[in-house]
Amino acid sequence: MAKEMIRDFSLAAGFEEAASQLPGSDVAWLDALRAQGIAAIRTHGLPTRRVEAWRYTNLNALAKAGLTPAGSDVELAAVPEGAALAVDGACRIVLVNGRLRRDLSDLDRLPDGVAAEGLAESLRRSPANLEGLIVPAPRGRDGVLAALNDAFMDDGVVLKIEAGASIETPIHLVSIGVPVAGQAIAFHPRNVVVAGAGSHATLVESHIGAGDGSYFSNGLTDVTVGKGATLTHAKLQDEGAAAFHVALIRAKIADDAVYDSFVLQRGGELARHETHASIEGGGAECRLNGAYLGAGGQHVDNTTVIDHKAPGSRSSEVFKGVLAGHARGVFQGRIVVHRDAQQTNGHQLNKTLLLSRAAEMDSKPELVIYADDVKCSHGATVGELSEMEMFYLRTRGIDEPTARDMLVSAFLSEAVSELRDEGLAAAFAERIAGWVDARHEGRKEQAA
Amino acid sequence: MALLEIRNLHVTVENKPILKGIDLAIDKGEVHAIMGPNGAGKSTLSYVIAGRDGYEVTDGQILFDGRDLHELEPDERACAGLFLAFQYPVEIPGVTNTTFLKTALNSLRKSRGEGELDAMQFLKFVREKAKPLGIGDDMLKRAVNVGFSGGEKKRNEILQLAVLEPMLAVLDETDSGLDIDALKIVAEGVNMLRGPDNATLLITHYQRLLDYIVPDRVHVLADGRIVKSGGKELALELEAKGYAQFSGAEAA
Repeated sequence: MAKEMIRDFSLAAGFEEAASQLPGSDVAWLDALRAQGIAAIRTHGLPTRRVEAWRYTNLNALAKAGLTPAGSDVELAAVPEGAALAVDGACRIVLVNGRLRRDLSDLDRLPDGVAAEGLAESLRRSPANLEGLIVPAPRGRDGVLAALNDAFMDDGVVLKIEAGASIETPIHLVSIGVPVAGQAIAFHPRNVVVAGAGSHATLVESHIGAGDGSYFSNGLTDVTVGKGATLTHAKLQDEGAAAFHVALIRAKIADDAVYDSFVLQRGGELARHETHASIEGGGAECRLNGAYLGAGGQHVDNTTVIDHKAPGSRSSEVFKGVLAGHARGVFQGRIVVHRDAQQTNGHQLNKTLLLSRAAEMDSKPELVIYADDVKCSHGATVGELSEMEMFYLRTRGIDEPTARDMLVSAFLSEAVSELRDEGLAAAFAERIAGWVDARHEGRKEQAA
Repeated sequence: MALLEIRNLHVTVENKPILKGIDLAIDKGEVHAIMGPNGAGKSTLSYVIAGRDGYEVTDGQILFDGRDLHELEPDERACAGLFLAFQYPVEIPGVTNTTFLKTALNSLRKSRGEGELDAMQFLKFVREKAKPLGIGDDMLKRAVNVGFSGGEKKRNEILQLAVLEPMLAVLDETDSGLDIDALKIVAEGVNMLRGPDNATLLITHYQRLLDYIVPDRVHVLADGRIVKSGGKELALELEAKGYAQFSGAEAA
């Protein structure tokens, strides 16, 4: 029988030793937050599959990895070429093993209207400014990984967009995992993003690995989208092949604001991208879209929770994925329409293409509706390539591997086309094409 | 030697015999029509020529330009010069018509050892082929057959035929669902491509198409066999008398 929790977790045992090195140890509210975090981990342990929110994602491998906190002595002279998303003209902010690297970042040429600094630095200089922006993890067993971030956070980025500012230059946060030989390191970047009222900005994240070893990236990002603001938030998750990636994004969306997000997950051994969007103002729009690619023994999880708390708001989700080998995919999409959120419009779609019989997908839509005047719909499909479409392409002289690739790319293009920014859509399409081509080449090698 | 020679062809689908001994020979430069009632095996014949999975040849063979088709995959058959215009053209969301046509043409060119056309060369080429069929840039940019009307889908099949220039075109009920204007456009498209080095096999239920594409030979397919062959006048006879004489209960 499955255990309720995994208690013997190396990171938790080492907390007291690590704590003295963490920034803000003299800040009372942060100290309390860390203490509450480690207490939650010790009480609940890592969630097992008996915990509903983690039912389809097994963290046993993470528990057994023998994780140790990442040190600060990382040698990395440059951002690996071509690994991050190709974002034209972006201003880069680089984290290496969770710590800000000023020397690799463009902090000295931030566009007007944007303020950014490292979390550790911010905690040293003016911790009071962060109180209220560093929000504790949700209580209970569901929130243990966020609690882990609460306890161990030691750096990240604090990004503020001035009210009314229209920022053309995308801000590109590049998080690089650099494995350490013989160790499985863990880091817990904590980011705070505040988009002021009426502002327009684009934040792109690339999560990449520099090396084949194991590491664990456990990020938490708190996003506030002010009244009438539009924030585009796109992310590439292309971690190293042996990496664990868990990320939680908590977005608060004010009146008439637009939070427009997209995530492409294609890296890592086990990855979970989780978004909790809270629509707190009327007339707001929340778009959570994504694509996921899995091969070999990869596990890829997309979990979303959208809380409609105010009337007249819209949310839409399109997640499409392709799974090959014995990859496993998970989509959990929960939409809650609170009692006062009349005239809510919610739409959710999850479609998965399985390229092998050993691949597996779990899709769990969940609508919880307390208001009576709402429009909410959801759809989930899991299927194979259409035999008829394959046959049609092949009767036109297109060989089987090419026909497959065409159909796979076409399938995913529906998710990518949700990106309103053409440049970003092209950049993500390129990363998808790269995955499809790599599989094509792999098959050719196998055949040879 | 005939371009297409079918000998004693027996085909089963899900263990059910559908074709029960077909013999047919088509020479270069000829147009043949196969007519027959619903359920006679007309579409099975077109699919087995094109190489669809699940259509099992239990006896006999199909020779195309001297090669036994049995050994060839559907794409290899296309590269060898075979083309099937589908009765129900398949919608492919997310793939534009241009990309589809270009990939298909370049696959064929590659198999013949010819250089691939680049995007500009191809666009010029395809526009020339599309114009007489009334296909504009809009239809070329849209996803393959997605949201196309019945007539647009059939014209798009003929465009593929024009682009790929096969030695043998099999047109499976290309006339079904077409109004008279669309039928004329499709027929003109097919007639334009007729030449001394290629051949056409029309599969149809009705005689109407044969007013516009005049066949050299007409065959009647009923219950998995060719029960009668003749000249173009046979089509008119069928139109007048129906198929009842060949298949008992199955009236046209």
